[in-house]
Amino acid sequence: MSELLSIDHISVSYGNIQALRDVSIHVREGEIVCLIGANGAGKSTLLKAIVGLEPLVSGSIAYKGEVIARNDHAFGSHNPLLRFFKNPKHAAQDTRSLRTDEIASRGIALVPEGRRVFADLTVEENLDMGAFLIDDDAFIAKKKKEMYEFFPILGMRRKQKTRSLSGGEQQMMAIARALMSAPKLLLLDEPGLGLAPLIIQDIFEKIEIINKEDNVTVFLVEQNARMALRTSDEGHVMENGRIVLSDTSEQLLENEKVKAAYLGE
Amino acid sequence: MGSWAEFFQHLMNGLTLGGIYALIALGYTMVYGILKFINFAHGDILMMGSYIGLFVYNAIRGELLGFWTIIAFFLSMLVGMMFSAILGMAIEKIAYKPLRKATRLAPLLSAIGVSFILSNLAAWMWGTKSKKLEYPFDNSPIHLGDIAVTPHQIMILVVVVVMMVALKLFIDRSRLGKAMRATSLDQDTAKLMGIKVDRIIAITFAIGSALAATAGFLIALEIKVYPSMGTMTGLKAFVAAVVGGIGNISGAMVGGILLGLIETFGVALLGIPYALRDTIAFIILIIILLVKPEGLLGKAEKEKV
Repeated sequence: MSELLSIDHISVSYGNIQALRDVSIHVREGEIVCLIGANGAGKSTLLKAIVGLEPLVSGSIAYKGEVIARNDHAFGSHNPLLRFFKNPKHAAQDTRSLRTDEIASRGIALVPEGRRVFADLTVEENLDMGAFLIDDDAFIAKKKKEMYEFFPILGMRRKQKTRSLSGGEQQMMAIARALMSAPKLLLLDEPGLGLAPLIIQDIFEKIEIINKEDNVTVFLVEQNARMALRTSDEGHVMENGRIVLSDTSEQLLENEKVKAAYLGE
Repeated sequence: MGSWAEFFQHLMNGLTLGGIYALIALGYTMVYGILKFINFAHGDILMMGSYIGLFVYNAIRGELLGFWTIIAFFLSMLVGMMFSAILGMAIEKIAYKPLRKATRLAPLLSAIGVSFILSNLAAWMWGTKSKKLEYPFDNSPIHLGDIAVTPHQIMILVVVVVMMVALKLFIDRSRLGKAMRATSLDQDTAKLMGIKVDRIIAITFAIGSALAATAGFLIALEIKVYPSMGTMTGLKAFVAAVVGGIGNISGAMVGGILLGLIETFGVALLGIPYALRDTIAFIILIIILLVKPEGLLGKAEKEKV
């Protein structure tokens, strides 16, 4: 299987605080890869870096071989004067990081932490926004129908403002919204956060179906380590902004350290 | 006093005035909705558009008669609107966009600076003497029973209604309109959907500025065109936007109409001296800020983390 997402030695800082240190993760096409770790370990920051919402201090991120994020400052491209006088011959190798909307257009969709639904828009309008990059109305209609079949509750609440939905429904809506653009890579930030165990189970089952049947590669970040490891093929453990352990999810479930620290055994 | 005819007369006057406030208030509120920032140069964008419309009208009107002068009038208005739209986008790109990550005070100060630059520029280029915009029709009042309505008032009402309905349909139904609402709710998530937020902001400035130019050109028939014509009207429209709930499009419409009615009836019925008419808006502003700071249709906003 070919490599879809390559995160190479990236670091991210908030002021003086280093949120990510030399993180490398590779996601192959068709896999479900999870990243587990405690609150504040830097998991969400990593997802934000992938979609271009957090600038990198060092390292680079490539999607299907194309660099989508790098440290722009190292190349002087933050300086408008340098950019202006740049030799066009070098433009190709001196690519800047892509903007978030450009990254979305490449086929990467993020279900953000806390769901971030457009609360004043109806369910249907939210799905329309998920399909913003698609021009084909017939395709959008087909996708919406698929989503209403996949998440029947959303079909029933189609015309309702999203703020009136329960937490679980909002999570499903956020996932459906991300799927509207028919992404190749789905990033999920704590899809189980704050939800009842039965709903979490339902959502993870849906994630597996999306992966197996629609052939969407999934990279998910989760505090609920057991659920995440059972669903995924490969796992990484993050502590204080570093990857401390990487293995197949099966192995990680048996790992003594993981058991003690994350599975409560 | 108290006859119905008199009441309807004031109602008509209040509605036309309020419609104008509403058109201008929409620009303030749409920009605020997305950038959480008050574009204090909005009134001067109105003024610039009115000047351009005036020049175009005087150039093409010539010996035109009757119906054709009305066509020429609306054509000139359209040019003024386009000019203001481009001006609004240019100001955003040059004076506001580079300050988007700065403190909230910085773009505000920049806007006040732009406001002075525009009005001084207009005074320098075209003089401070006000320029008359000729009516494209005979503006003698039409008597409907005891009520006197001028064709000018009818034109204002028609244009205001058309603009508001068009804007509301655009915002509610179109893909771009939905993207504007999504962007004002959550910029980062809008970006994740592939929405080019910078483009949405530019379009917002263009629409708001074009609406302001429309309002300016319509009132220019009565108040003429001069460099500071947008200042007081702009400030009052800003009050209307706050009264309706800043950031809320329906709120701006309601706030504008309401302010127009209160001003008219305040003078006519409550006997507020005409010289104090302009203070009514600001007294209402203070009351609203004290009693219901989020405005009539606004939601009490929780600080987002």
